[in-house]
Amino acid sequence: MSAVPNPIGKDLLGLEELTADQIRLILDTAEPFKEISERQIKKVPTLRGMTIVNLFFEASTRTRVSFEFAEKRLSADTVNVAASGSSVSKGETLVDTARNLESMKIDMVVIRHGASGAASFLARRIESNVINAGDGTHEHPTQGLLDLLTLRDRFGTLEGRRVCICGDVLHSRVARSNLWGLRKLGAQVAVCGPRSLMPNAIDDMGVQVFTRIEEAIEWAEALNILRLQLERMQAGYIPSLREYNRVFGVTRERIERAPRDIVIMHPGPMNRGVEIDSDVADGEHSVILDQVTNGVAIRMAVLYLLAGGRPELAESAKSGTGR
Amino acid sequence: MNGLPAAPDQGRGATPARSLLLRGGRVLDPSHRVDTVGDVLLVDGLVEHAGQPLGDVRRDGRELEVIDCTGQIVSPGFVDVHCHLREPGREHVETIATGARAAAAGGFTAVCAMPNTDPVTDNQAAVGFIIRQALRAGAARVFPIGAVSLDQRGEALAEFGEMVGAGAVAVSDDGKPVASAQLMRTALEYARSFGIPVADHCEEPTLALGGAMNEGLVSARLGLKGIPSEAEEIMAIRDILLARRTGGHVHLCHMSTKGSVELIRWGKDRGINVTAEVCPHHISLTEDAVEGYNTNAKMNPPLRTEADVEALQQAVNDGTIDIIATDHAPHHYDEKEREFADAPNGIVGLETALAVVVTHLVATGIIDYAKLVDRMSCAPARTFHLPGGTLRKGSVADITVFDPAREWTVDPSSFLSKGRNSPYRGMRLQGRATCTIVGGRVVFRLTE
Repeated sequence: MSAVPNPIGKDLLGLEELTADQIRLILDTAEPFKEISERQIKKVPTLRGMTIVNLFFEASTRTRVSFEFAEKRLSADTVNVAASGSSVSKGETLVDTARNLESMKIDMVVIRHGASGAASFLARRIESNVINAGDGTHEHPTQGLLDLLTLRDRFGTLEGRRVCICGDVLHSRVARSNLWGLRKLGAQVAVCGPRSLMPNAIDDMGVQVFTRIEEAIEWAEALNILRLQLERMQAGYIPSLREYNRVFGVTRERIERAPRDIVIMHPGPMNRGVEIDSDVADGEHSVILDQVTNGVAIRMAVLYLLAGGRPELAESAKSGTGR
Repeated sequence: MNGLPAAPDQGRGATPARSLLLRGGRVLDPSHRVDTVGDVLLVDGLVEHAGQPLGDVRRDGRELEVIDCTGQIVSPGFVDVHCHLREPGREHVETIATGARAAAAGGFTAVCAMPNTDPVTDNQAAVGFIIRQALRAGAARVFPIGAVSLDQRGEALAEFGEMVGAGAVAVSDDGKPVASAQLMRTALEYARSFGIPVADHCEEPTLALGGAMNEGLVSARLGLKGIPSEAEEIMAIRDILLARRTGGHVHLCHMSTKGSVELIRWGKDRGINVTAEVCPHHISLTEDAVEGYNTNAKMNPPLRTEADVEALQQAVNDGTIDIIATDHAPHHYDEKEREFADAPNGIVGLETALAVVVTHLVATGIIDYAKLVDRMSCAPARTFHLPGGTLRKGSVADITVFDPAREWTVDPSSFLSKGRNSPYRGMRLQGRATCTIVGGRVVFRLTE
């Protein structure tokens, strides 16, 4: 399986290493897969006979379920391995875990891990395709792709569009994947938040930097509002959640002062009343649930392409003739 | 055998005193400005002659071994003031014997062993153990460095006086900074009583906490927690100021930033008793080596930027940095075979140091061979008050013969060190030790 050359490479580790054409190809491939999830019988035989391991070293509901739906709707056989209750909790190393799984003759691994670089570490050591489902504070490429797809659905093209990533950019893998993906597709990118939650080198990363949310809202056509991890406050990066909401929170009052309609995105899970107010999250310009829907299609597209599926056959894959 | 080392009968004295003639090399000894093609004669473990060709040498029936050094540089033996030999405590990673042999293979005739062993080398008995193991190994000399604080906990001073009496040549809590300024002050004052330097690992612990690489664009992209240059520089200037206050000798370990260079220059300009070392990796590699989460490019202090590398190279040239030291830090291969943030810091360096310095500093025209010999031999011996570092008549016959032109490809599997964790794997480098002599006895010869 993995010997078949495919247009996006052996693994999907991050958006930084993909070209604009490769990103567009994944988004285009996702389009026909959207429809499958709308059917009454949400299953095509495209990946029948393939074995995929979802290896989650960090707790995750949304991403793991989304991957699992994508795999099952493509008819792959899947196994979920969670770090707790597995040999990992007995002190087994990542490389041993991976080699053991591969010895059971699997085709793909979807990995979520708390250490940056864990997915690429794995990819260099096993033959199977590796999909990064979030590695530390590095990248979360399928989240970045589904955000791009959601924005493209809304805007038609990302060229020249102004997107602001709000919140804890320093610790966010979603921020990094979005940043690279948006820039490659020609969008203008800004970040907004307290300087203590931005990388020191942010000014060299090709983005505009706002420290006042009002200015970001005035500038942007879309806001991607990151989850504020509650432990950041305990670690002293910000003084309090209360102040964070008052100074940096995306509130209805602030959104209403915007000179245009602003698309509201959030990768979830939300802290309502901290980084985003409920009436913004549930408001008319929120595409937060569209992101979740698109997540399944994007993951189906990535699985399909890595498995060697030819992009022009994605349409016919729906009827089971692809591959 | 019960797993303990053999009785101490090999080592010194095992080979009968004899004479050794190093013939026809470029004799290079910056300690008294010798640079001539000629001969070096070693008799009874001491330098008898180093300079002009000797012509016919007769030793009245005593054995005379002649080594042809044509095309080679013959210099005082290299001295590494900073390495980790892991014994006692982690003998599967390195032992004093394997470390001392690796040192000899890299052209080092003497190394200083840092005290972060297990248990910590913080008392006279532990110091004595290292000296005894080194004698048994019979390769490079090993000079112990004692801990500044008991168990390197940064609380109570270790017994410097007894450790010096047992053979320690300096004190350091290396691997950790001396976090308490008051303890550092006292250590400098107390060490001054014994005429030894306090070698400090400069790292402001709260700024560096959890860091895995240099803080900058690369760390931001890779999503790795960065260690800012200021973590080093804040401690460097603190130590320099405390040396000014106390008159003690502070030696700053493994300097890695441009800012540190400026601070050391500031201190030296004011006559403060500060010396400093740089590692070969910090003058040859940048943070870019971490790309791909390469754990063999993970060390502390981390690889920095091009501007830092250039500043450090110039500092070696102008003497702001006195010494090139390896920070040789072997790890077992599977300790490095893991997630970047969890992998241990450090790389092996004894067997690549010379070639890295030749390739990156001499071949590039930044320093000449005389400065290389000064920074790797004369200056470290002088700074740490060790024998060697000179070819003056009557001095100890510790000699490095190296081929400055010889090119080779780094293959860690051929290292004499047990460590294989080198970022230079597969790289083509220039310059190699061909013969290492300790006390007039050949302890290493390149055979290939």
